[in-house]
Amino acid sequence: MSEELHDVSVVVNGLPRTARVPARRLLSDFLRHDVGLTGTHVGCEHGVCGACTVLVDSRPVRSCLLFAVGVDGAAITTIEGCTLPDGELGAVQQAFMECHGLQCGFCTPGFVTTITAFLDEQPDPSAEEAREAIAGNLCRCTGYQNIVAAVLRAAQIQREITGQAVAER
Amino acid sequence: MFGEPMIRREDPRLLRGEGRYLDDLGSNALAAAFVRSPHAHARVLDIDVSDALDVDGLVAIYAYDDLLGRVAEALPLLIPHPSITHPKTPYCLANGEVNHVGEAIVMVVATDRYVAEDVCDRIRVDYEPLPAVVGVAAARAAAQLVHDDVPGNLAAHLVQEVGDAPAAIAAAPHVLELDLDVERSASMPMEGRGVYARWDSDDRSLRVYTSTQTSTSVRMALAAKLDVPVDRVEVIAPDVGGGFGVKIVHPWPEEVLVPWAAMALGREVKWTEDRREHFVSSAHERGQLHHVRVGFDDDGCLLGLDVTFWHDNGAYLPYGAVVPIITSTQLLGPYKPGAYRVEYSSLYTNTVIVTPYRGAGRPQGCFVMERTIDAIADRLSLDRAVVRERNFIQPSDMPYDHQLQFQDGRPLIYDSGDYPAMLEKLRKLVGWDDFAAYREAAVAEGRRVGIGLACYVEGTGVGPYEGAHVRVETNGTVVVSTGLTTQGQGHQTAFAQIAADELGVPVADVVVTTGDTRRFAYAVGTFASRAAVMSGNAIALAARGVRDKALRIAAEALEVDERDLEIVEGVVQVKGSPDARIPLATVAVLSNPLRYAFDEQAKQATQFARSADIDRPPVAEDDEPGLEFTDYYSPSRSTFANGMHAAIVETDPDTAEITVLRYCVVHDCGTLVNPMIVEGQIHGGVAQGVGGALLERMVYDENGQLLNASFMDFLMPYATEVPVVETDHMETPSPLNPLGIKGAGEAGVIPGMAVLAAAIEDAEGFRISRMPISPSELFGLRVRFAAGEIPAVGGADESSAVGQVPRPRSAR
Repeated sequence: MSEELHDVSVVVNGLPRTARVPARRLLSDFLRHDVGLTGTHVGCEHGVCGACTVLVDSRPVRSCLLFAVGVDGAAITTIEGCTLPDGELGAVQQAFMECHGLQCGFCTPGFVTTITAFLDEQPDPSAEEAREAIAGNLCRCTGYQNIVAAVLRAAQIQREITGQAVAER
Repeated sequence: MFGEPMIRREDPRLLRGEGRYLDDLGSNALAAAFVRSPHAHARVLDIDVSDALDVDGLVAIYAYDDLLGRVAEALPLLIPHPSITHPKTPYCLANGEVNHVGEAIVMVVATDRYVAEDVCDRIRVDYEPLPAVVGVAAARAAAQLVHDDVPGNLAAHLVQEVGDAPAAIAAAPHVLELDLDVERSASMPMEGRGVYARWDSDDRSLRVYTSTQTSTSVRMALAAKLDVPVDRVEVIAPDVGGGFGVKIVHPWPEEVLVPWAAMALGREVKWTEDRREHFVSSAHERGQLHHVRVGFDDDGCLLGLDVTFWHDNGAYLPYGAVVPIITSTQLLGPYKPGAYRVEYSSLYTNTVIVTPYRGAGRPQGCFVMERTIDAIADRLSLDRAVVRERNFIQPSDMPYDHQLQFQDGRPLIYDSGDYPAMLEKLRKLVGWDDFAAYREAAVAEGRRVGIGLACYVEGTGVGPYEGAHVRVETNGTVVVSTGLTTQGQGHQTAFAQIAADELGVPVADVVVTTGDTRRFAYAVGTFASRAAVMSGNAIALAARGVRDKALRIAAEALEVDERDLEIVEGVVQVKGSPDARIPLATVAVLSNPLRYAFDEQAKQATQFARSADIDRPPVAEDDEPGLEFTDYYSPSRSTFANGMHAAIVETDPDTAEITVLRYCVVHDCGTLVNPMIVEGQIHGGVAQGVGGALLERMVYDENGQLLNASFMDFLMPYATEVPVVETDHMETPSPLNPLGIKGAGEAGVIPGMAVLAAAIEDAEGFRISRMPISPSELFGLRVRFAAGEIPAVGGADESSAVGQVPRPRSAR
């Protein structure tokens, strides 16, 4: 009894990655165990907690609810890819640090990816919108107070970065 | 540095996805999975593995009969206590009988987890189902027994008395009786349990990584269970994705079996708990039923308090009776109870084991005491804040001896605290005295609002001890090690702040290691809001030892009196003339007399590099080489933090939906090491308090099936369910430890149920005596209230607009 294997080729954080995996291999397991990027965490394996959220073609998805074979050819961004091109912390990561938006850090990657996608759509959110944006991710440590603050701070940092980029042009 | 809201040094690593949580390790390890009981109570008649044997990738299958030596014995009772009359602990794999859904029966080891679960699916277990005992009522009735040899399902029973409470109550001008009920919830960290073991057969040594709150005690337990010398066992808590109590339990069956299998197979083995496993095979808490009799005078002052309660401890009692012990003592909060009698019965049921979850019995105790105080205020038509104030222990009463025995076997003596001042702060913060006007305006708009408050005192920093080792490396790095573990509390930062402050070095030069027995082998663990108190003080003491030694060596080198020296930014210098200086790094080099110059720096410490007194040994008799020191902090008893919360809620007149409009916290945990981290702890605690009051419950059916064992069905608060938390602090230092610290980890959660029950009661005008409360339950209470089945309460506060207390319009 051996399983049929399939080639999966994706671009993860800008780098092409290929592996031969069974059809039932979850995207979360593929990223963690086949690609070796363990920053994506698995908190429930039923799509509720959001810890495993990654960006597939820029859209936030629960990687525990997708099969790796189903995203063949996609571009994926994980927490490891949320840094700036020079390797410094990205806006959302920086904001989480400044605002004490994480404690144990297990749920954090899913928040960071979710917020990254949200700020692409809404670069200047209200506190209310910030709270709503993270309302699909569970955190057991922070009580969310500082995560809401981090969303707002990240938006501010991102605007500063964008402003600088515009000024430099 | 000490006392500053320094941002956390662990964050960049965690934010880059470079954390090392349990399942991030051991990418080449074999995977374990378990066949678990689908029955709450059954005899295991037969295990048939024949269908499973041809699965590609299967490595091993183990059932109870395969276990050898002490692995086949029942797991230990961790905290033996005289109240425990019938201790029952589980086996690593079920020994002929299962006592809750989720109990492990078979362990499978395979090449990966997918395959291991395939194998589990093909193993057939034959059961003879037995009647299940579910809930306190069934356990008390004892028509069925969980364990045949435990009469009445009674695991533990204790009475503590101060004075003659029944007599004091009988003689009191007023007497009230209350029945109060709290359901089960659970710690529910985002990362479940997990164990990864490597056996080195050449070295005959075992390394185990486990997502635990106590790596040192796991080490001792494994050495004993696996018959390996302690010094051949290393246990490391890597990054741990939350604990909240559940990970203090040890050794879990899986924590023994995975290393055992690694040794038996000579291969690395790993098990990562999935979410359903966490629901049905880790631990729960909170389930208790209380009966209160209280006697009081016309002013609302307590004369006698008699509390009897029943605690549901689940199928086994591996962690002992700590939860009911804490409830029975911490229930008293900031009050003088008059005469006090408390009696608990801890009962077996065919459900998941019950062990401490953040708060550890205090949320129930606080709920009971605060509901009682509110009931007294209602009976006497007094302001709820006033009744509290009248019963407070005063600052002048400190230290205050309750004449009871606390969970650590030590006397329950409050060390410090200013409860009246705190209540005043809270009244101002929430606007207690202005609430009447707010309510009036709300009522005019057809809205229903209520306010509540709740007070607690929390014994923190229980012993027996923690220790720390501080060493200055020859490059100036300060390496701090302490044995207790970290699961999100920011110890890399807070402990570094303490060490840096004591030593006089930049925080950036300090590196902290926790929970790694290779680095520090003697420790207790991280629970009971004890890490900052215990390891914080141990680190301060060890750093002081290093500082003394550094000054002594530097004084010799600089040929000055060590009393004239100070350490500033990592440099030892003469006070007032900082040109005479020597970097701490150089002091570290000099502290270790060398024969061999292995690098440029080391030359300075070799025998021909400097003049020495040739009549004295290079290392003095009472000295040792190296700029390092180890010290321990062991308190004579716990230190008592305290806090008060107030909440304003709105209940929907039609749907009974409950919304928390404001949530205010005043908190006193003594000296603050890092206010930002303390505030974060409070925020997280409040979220769990709100969840516990309004959302979270374990729903068992009468057969012992946990009906909501997923995040889809067990509701935990998302950002949209947690109110904005408004905080204010007081700092009453503890006189018991050098830094004046009290613990802060559990504080936020304790009064959650009490304060929200009070606010909902205030909004609705009838008694709330059962938590958590859902909108449908509140609606049901409205129906009963409208039918005259439950009496009206409330309306006597400053905060109430007299005559404006809203009443349900009708029950439909």
